[in-house]
Amino acid sequence: MRDDDISCNRRQFGGLLMGAGVCLLGAAALGTSAHAALEVQITRGRVRAMPVAVPDFIGADADAQQLGRAVADIIRADLQRSGLFRIIDPAAYIERIAAFDQPPNFGSWRVIKAQALIVGQVAVLPGGQVQAAFRLWDIFAQQQILGLRFTTSRHEWRRLGHKVADAVYKAVTGDEGYFDTRIVFIDESGPKKQRVKRLAIMDQDGANLRYLSDGRSLVLTPRFSPAAQRITYLSYATGTPRIYIFDLASGQRQLLGEFPNMSFAPRFSPDGGRLVFSLLEGGATNLFVMDLASRQIARLTQGDAISTAPSYSPDGRFIVFESDREGSQQLYVMPAGGGAARRISFGRGRYSTPVWSPRGDVIAFTKMRKGRFSIGVMRPDGSGERILTEGYHNEGPTWAPNGRVLMFFRSSRGPNGGAKLYTVDLTGYNERLVPTPNFASDPAWSPLLK
Amino acid sequence: MWRNMALAALALTLAACSNTDKPQLDNNANAGLASAGQGAGGGAAVPGSERDFIVNVGDRVHFLVDQWSLTPQAQDTLRKQAAWLKRYPSVTVRIEGHADERGTREYNLALSARRANAVKRFLVAQGIAANRIATIAYGKERPVALCDAERCWSQNRRAVTVITGGARS
Repeated sequence: MRDDDISCNRRQFGGLLMGAGVCLLGAAALGTSAHAALEVQITRGRVRAMPVAVPDFIGADADAQQLGRAVADIIRADLQRSGLFRIIDPAAYIERIAAFDQPPNFGSWRVIKAQALIVGQVAVLPGGQVQAAFRLWDIFAQQQILGLRFTTSRHEWRRLGHKVADAVYKAVTGDEGYFDTRIVFIDESGPKKQRVKRLAIMDQDGANLRYLSDGRSLVLTPRFSPAAQRITYLSYATGTPRIYIFDLASGQRQLLGEFPNMSFAPRFSPDGGRLVFSLLEGGATNLFVMDLASRQIARLTQGDAISTAPSYSPDGRFIVFESDREGSQQLYVMPAGGGAARRISFGRGRYSTPVWSPRGDVIAFTKMRKGRFSIGVMRPDGSGERILTEGYHNEGPTWAPNGRVLMFFRSSRGPNGGAKLYTVDLTGYNERLVPTPNFASDPAWSPLLK
Repeated sequence: MWRNMALAALALTLAACSNTDKPQLDNNANAGLASAGQGAGGGAAVPGSERDFIVNVGDRVHFLVDQWSLTPQAQDTLRKQAAWLKRYPSVTVRIEGHADERGTREYNLALSARRANAVKRFLVAQGIAANRIATIAYGKERPVALCDAERCWSQNRRAVTVITGGARS
């Protein structure tokens, strides 16, 4: 579960030789030429998904072969879910990949209309580590676009598939991937009147779910630190709703402060050094920031309105938040140190839960209008509003680290209704359910793991 | 202005509803009975007991959509609560603020806190010592009525006065 297990193990190898690999921490070096060769076409927001063939990864023995199938399954699922790739059914493949170090029979892949082919092999190393190497082939240009190798401990084997999918995604789209990531969220069980809410964490595809709290106290709104090592969230453990910081490596939880009134809606600054949050003051709710090293607190807003759900711009210079200072919930942007706030939402309806994209280009939000709850995006100056999904109740968007996909929760109606997690990409067309065992809400997407 | 329009629209729906569905805004007696299920069950409540408070005074008030101001009915209930709390000066309470499910998580926490605070301020203005009254906000986390219609949401937009000590049993 340590993030640095796959660190200096990814190796780039040129040509077909597996020889002395160069330690490479970003796969960008080969990305440029690849981008020119393989490209997902997007016309008027509609994606023409790239047909890709991903045969099972080969292995030297039965154990490795089984692992190779499972790793290929993960790659296929990740790429397919992105909406940018279309995985060609393995049953249609003509060539059976037998050797990793030989070029494929391009003609046989062209026949089944594959534009790209991912060939790979896995190995179980002495000492228990597992390794996956792959080559991404451009079928029409008949050339290798990318070749990388990843190594990790056996219990983290799924990450091999996510790492390969991320590398392929980046080679083809030019954007960082988002598959080797985790989701922290609130697992909901029990009847609606007495919902048990537990802090939970899982891989982006729903695998490896783990509970971080026992359900005895109500917990809400978890958010990752920028290094994905810590989670800040709201808990009713002491009776008064308060903010905690949970350390994933040590399992320690720490109270942010003994505020006499409710403190809530926490979020880390992009450098991880500060926490911005809401503090109740009588009937008012204002925004404050705490420097986590010195524990110094500074006020960011004042007045008797509700100001909450703050989120930093990726450069840390601004904070977007919601406030009802002008009567109904609207979005405002202010300097990170406080000061004059500028309203950015002017459409009809109420706007809430703004989150700044990691790319900085847009802000996602929940919009409420005529009893419908939608998820949308607008530029930080308020222009270019677009609704990505609309319905009875969609709430609480969180960004994939590449700023191309949002996760949110959608509640169904009625006495037995509950929330489930969904993803939608910026085109608004590719919407997917994220598998969770129970009802689930308040998702937060981690940065790309290292 | 926005808020006034919303209010007017809501008043209409409420009026329309109340023909079919009797207690709309301030059904404290009924709601109280419902939530007093764990009480002694039948028979007269002991004066000064929690059940006495719930059945004979009313433990909750309700709010309009996205509002925290106290309706006339709510004020009536809270005057009765204040009188009862004066009669039993050892009783301490916690005001639990709630919102309906038709709002977003963080805002609903703040809104329900505001509702609890409005009730506390009213009781204090009636002469109840502030240190007898704690507050807590639950947002949309603890609904009492379950359906996807206004008749349920209006019951969930509430502040409940919960006795935390000093009552007779």
